[in-house]
Amino acid sequence: MAEVAHADVSHGEHHDDHHEPSFWSKYIFSTDHKIIGFQYMFTGMAMALIGGYFAYVFRMQLAFPGSSIPFWGTLSPAAYNSLVTNHGTIMIFWVAMPVLIAAMGNFLIPLMIGCDDMVFPRINRLSYQIFLLSAVVLLASFFVPGGAFGGAWTSYAPLSAKAQYNSTPFGAPLWLIAVTLEIVAFLLGGINFITTTMNARAKGMKLYEIPMIVWMIVIASILFMCSVGPLVAGAVMLLFDQTLGTAFFDANAGGDPVLWQHLFWFFGHPEVYVVLLPAMGIVAEVTCTFARKKLFAYKLILYSSIGLGILSFFVWAHHQFISGVDPRATYLFTTTTLLISIPVAIILFAFVATLYGGSIRFTTAMLFALAFTGEFLLGGVTGIWLGSSGTDIYLHDTYFVLAHFHYTFVPIAIIATFAAIYYWFPKMFGRKMNETWGKIHFWGTIIGFNGIFIPLFILGAGGQHRRIYNFQNYPDLAGADMQDMRVFATMSLIVMLVFQIPFLINFIVSIKRGEKAGNNPWKANTLEWVAPSPPPHGNFGPVLPEVYRGPYEYSVEGREKDYWPQNEKPESEAT
Amino acid sequence: MFEFLDKFMPGILESLLPRASSYAIEIDVLFDVITILVGFWFFLVLGYFFYLIFRYRQRDGHKAEYISGETHKQKQAIEIPHYLILVCDVAIIIPTFLVWFNIKIDIPPPEEEVRIVAQQWAWTFYHAGEDRVLGTDDDIVTVNELHIKNNTQYSYHLESRDVMHSFSVPVFRLKQDAIPGRVISGHFKPILEGEWDIQCAEMCGVAHGIMGARIFIRSEAEHNAWLAANSPNSNGAGILAAAEQILSQEKEDQNNG
Repeated sequence: MAEVAHADVSHGEHHDDHHEPSFWSKYIFSTDHKIIGFQYMFTGMAMALIGGYFAYVFRMQLAFPGSSIPFWGTLSPAAYNSLVTNHGTIMIFWVAMPVLIAAMGNFLIPLMIGCDDMVFPRINRLSYQIFLLSAVVLLASFFVPGGAFGGAWTSYAPLSAKAQYNSTPFGAPLWLIAVTLEIVAFLLGGINFITTTMNARAKGMKLYEIPMIVWMIVIASILFMCSVGPLVAGAVMLLFDQTLGTAFFDANAGGDPVLWQHLFWFFGHPEVYVVLLPAMGIVAEVTCTFARKKLFAYKLILYSSIGLGILSFFVWAHHQFISGVDPRATYLFTTTTLLISIPVAIILFAFVATLYGGSIRFTTAMLFALAFTGEFLLGGVTGIWLGSSGTDIYLHDTYFVLAHFHYTFVPIAIIATFAAIYYWFPKMFGRKMNETWGKIHFWGTIIGFNGIFIPLFILGAGGQHRRIYNFQNYPDLAGADMQDMRVFATMSLIVMLVFQIPFLINFIVSIKRGEKAGNNPWKANTLEWVAPSPPPHGNFGPVLPEVYRGPYEYSVEGREKDYWPQNEKPESEAT
Repeated sequence: MFEFLDKFMPGILESLLPRASSYAIEIDVLFDVITILVGFWFFLVLGYFFYLIFRYRQRDGHKAEYISGETHKQKQAIEIPHYLILVCDVAIIIPTFLVWFNIKIDIPPPEEEVRIVAQQWAWTFYHAGEDRVLGTDDDIVTVNELHIKNNTQYSYHLESRDVMHSFSVPVFRLKQDAIPGRVISGHFKPILEGEWDIQCAEMCGVAHGIMGARIFIRSEAEHNAWLAANSPNSNGAGILAAAEQILSQEKEDQNNG
């Protein structure tokens, strides 16, 4: 099967080898999985800058309400709502998804399973083009009459369904079209990840010898495909409500506004695990390499991830405990939600146990990977207060929720992504990033991040609700000590943002001037380190690697070297 | 049971804002129970994690061990804590069910009723008046002010005229979404006199951020005095209330297109 797939790919691709391709066909309309991965990564990074800028503007408004914000001006309530809405939408759909799944999946899967490209390279290219279009549509919504959609990233009907309610006659449909296009792009990409991993693995690579991140991206893609159908259906219905005057979500005409919430969250909760699993895969790879340890309980992690994925389809209504669903239903959803703690705890315990007996090298990539485990632990456990329907009555839609999911999403989309970038940068560009500046970036990011969200836990437990542009209107929330916490959070955000500047400079300078890396700078086992750095078109040259063992055979007893690449022939055969 | 448990709890939420309803103590105790169980695991795992990072840092002459984690004995390092977590989950689920039943499912027979109507971007409260029956001539209608009597069992009936809103009274630990097309009933019993915020907790449009109201909890005598002073039968307030109703009805008609 693997042979067949290889033949198909090389047949379609080899015309590029005969002559030097132009800039356009090499970087813009390329079907090379690595270039498409870069396209996703750079688009995601650009969108992250926009999302971070939005966060800066609305946090400034919360800390210094009504004052003129540097690089923006005064912020109107409508603009505040638009920024909050699109900050959430961008960070999930245009940063976490493209960077963690699309960029990492595209760049790493063919390299790590030892094949020369994705099995459907043109579908892959189409995937990115649709994704880029979706980003353009979303950004365009800021420049239409009425401005960008401001009805929260959950887009609850009927607010989102009628322009007379949301005051954004063009922004709301554009937002919806952008999200739908983005989903189409990831459906196309997901087909590739699953098919390539199942059909094009290097000779000898068994299912249990696939690196964990590849498994995680495949499981995430399956989760995404299974959960996204209801959302697409709901998005089409909502678009009809907005533009054609149908009444799927209009109670006055026989529709049901709560239906949208079910369709949205049936996708929305698995979506969390769609981005979580690749992040965990990154952490598994980085932790093993720099602890020089075999991954603790590989199969247990794999099965827990699959179990986590299945369970995630039965928890969605915990977002709707107080939204008018039958109150008896919460007994079921509280139970399933708290059971999620079991697979997540198993995976995190396995990561912690992997450190036991290791020899840990504190590179920047490893620091970020360790930070993921520590920070995500806090994000995970704070979900228990919210999964328990009793405390959720009080905490729902407060800053406690906001702090909780930022403690999951920031480790996923920011911290794990940085671990991946520092770790695979030598493979991507052939040079290492500067470690000193990397560590400065690390500490600024981590300290800033905790400084933002720990005060927000306290504010949320104190009864402060989300999406309110000026808390001075609420006598119970206008106290000086609460305002001090808001100012502290905003200052921490500025620290975190400022410390991204060394990263950007380090990234750009290192592409040209970094220390040369060689094929395998970290002495790692997986197949991508067999290819040259950066890998040429076709990755491994004429002979594809063969696999003889699992990906995490570090510090095997009786061997002089503490690593054992997957493709190295066993000594009995080599002699 | 919750009063008894409360004696041994840190009282985290109460330190942040007062308990003004009869069931606030239940949510506070549940919050503390979860804090203790979750905090124990969090600090245990985090502490062990930092210990491992320190203990197994790279040193000269020290080589990593080869541990697969696949043998039965090694897997127990994960399996035993995972059963303990299951026990903790059950320990959280049981009081959760109790609290949820008491607050959201079991509605005690009311002594007073109040109708709450949310719209973009104001709250309208229909107080039953002196006859204690909603929908009669002496109903007192107020905007963004809810006046209630201390130590009295209330039922509320929550409606929305346009989009989703959420009726949230942090000092009550109460929150309930208002859904257009439905009337959702619930209950509360104030136990502390004072004046606090009501917030809209669901994004409801441009002015969501100012859709607040105030709740006034007064003693029986003060509350009765307020009723008498504002009764539509005793002065011109009734005309005002009626005008208010007509205005909001017009807005509803507009919204319904």
